[in-house]
Amino acid sequence: MNTIELHKDTSFDVNKLREQFPILNQSVNGKPLIYLDNAATNQKPLSVINSISNYYETINSNVHRGLHTLSERATEAYEASREKVREFINAKSANEIVFVRGTTEGVNLVASSFGKANINEGDEIIVTEMEHHSNLVPWQNLCREKNAVLKYIPVNDEGELILDDLENLITEKTKIISVVYISNTLGTINPVKKIIETAHRHNVPVMLDAAQAAPHLKIDVQNLDCDFLAFSGHKIYGPTGIGILYAKEKFLEDMPPYQFGGEMIKSVSYEQTVYNELPYKFEAGTPNISGAISLGAAIDFINSTGLEVIADQEKKLFDHAMNRMKEIGGIRFIGTAKEKASVISFLLEDIHPYDTGSILDNLGIAVRTGFHCTQPLIEQRFKLPGTVRASFAVYNTTEEIDIFAEGLKKVKQMLA
Amino acid sequence: MNKSIKDTEDEIIEEFSLFDDWMGKYEYIIELGKNLPLIDPKFKTEEFKVKGCQSQVWLSSEMKDGRLFYYADSDAVITKGIISLLIRVLSGHKPGEIAEADMNFINKIGLKEHLSPNRANGLTAMINYMKKYAAAYAEQNVN
Repeated sequence: MNTIELHKDTSFDVNKLREQFPILNQSVNGKPLIYLDNAATNQKPLSVINSISNYYETINSNVHRGLHTLSERATEAYEASREKVREFINAKSANEIVFVRGTTEGVNLVASSFGKANINEGDEIIVTEMEHHSNLVPWQNLCREKNAVLKYIPVNDEGELILDDLENLITEKTKIISVVYISNTLGTINPVKKIIETAHRHNVPVMLDAAQAAPHLKIDVQNLDCDFLAFSGHKIYGPTGIGILYAKEKFLEDMPPYQFGGEMIKSVSYEQTVYNELPYKFEAGTPNISGAISLGAAIDFINSTGLEVIADQEKKLFDHAMNRMKEIGGIRFIGTAKEKASVISFLLEDIHPYDTGSILDNLGIAVRTGFHCTQPLIEQRFKLPGTVRASFAVYNTTEEIDIFAEGLKKVKQMLA
Repeated sequence: MNKSIKDTEDEIIEEFSLFDDWMGKYEYIIELGKNLPLIDPKFKTEEFKVKGCQSQVWLSSEMKDGRLFYYADSDAVITKGIISLLIRVLSGHKPGEIAEADMNFINKIGLKEHLSPNRANGLTAMINYMKKYAAAYAEQNVN
């Protein structure tokens, strides 16, 4: 028996980890910052911040073009990062990893390119009622352009997908299903594997919006067997403006390019162009090189911290927050799914979310209020003016949650 | 209606100077927001809605004897409290005076963050509408 396994170090030291996040060590409005808006974007460790400056200080040059040494170093680092992403989501090949600006561009790329080639009048696309606008508006727009039909998998009062009717929702007209893996508003972890299995029985490909899933759980695209998947760097402790689209090679081969220009070409004459091979066919123009490389640093951070450690810490924070919030009384939780990530959407008495958020901000506590880019879900499905959302990351502490709970009591005292 | 816009602004700045911390200030704003019925319910429709992402604002106006009166409301109490200050400052003045008002008192009482476009609470859009109405009426009077 492996003794190292037996004596596995389980003492996760959150204060030590916090030293890697300089931004957390500051006051806002005269109070120590308590950052609970991690589902919007999380903070960056020094290794990621340093990776950006290090790139510009040492190897900045354009990728895939120069024969000079710097260009080769930049290309190597850029492609090494693609390989890290491949490993991170267990893709078969690095050719299946396309660097994009973020989840939104990933979905737009598929809606625009796959959509252009495969969606015709009367065809159907299925999403869910809990989609973020980024996985809703591109499909809505595609359907409007193509005269296609957008159908929704409904959501129950707990914030879980109602999948009983999925078999009937899928018809021979269904061309793609695009589903959020973890809801940014409700925290629900959707049974995406089940959805993919059902869809594949009908030969319908499935795209996953994994923006909220990537920072919380191990993504294995081969095990999930999803056809497309997108996530953003800035939600996994990486920089903004970089994200990835994963797609099975057979789809990428068949799909037309999304944007045109340099880098995505093999040869160009005045008459015609031969497109480059995968994944470069989908990476027109000079890419976000420093972003891609720093995304690799963010993946290194997650791997060295351990996704399990991150998940454990978040679970601890979530449970602690739920207990403290239930003690306060008068809190209505929006999204009470059995399978949940560390996201808590709620309303305090009948206090408007804007009022709650404003008071918390004065107390140095950053939460998100409003529709969370899921306006139909909040307004039409749950018939609410918005919610307050607290979302936790590995660097948050139970002490911070205690202060947050005290803050909520203050809000109640001032406004209820 | 003898007080000028500036007079009312100074009055509000004076009132707010009495609070030593944000809490007193917000409690006052919340009181204002809770107490004042600001608009006839018949105006609380889509037509009069100034859409914000965070909170909603309803705004209507009328001209009486060459002076412009505003009526507004919000679903969020803090937004509504700030609206009541804006109405107290602007309502009942000549359109030309309203169009020229710089509304700097909001900065001076330390609530400027509520007018940031980032807040998307409908307030910035509401002020724009208020000024636009005033400017349009002012132009009519000149012509």
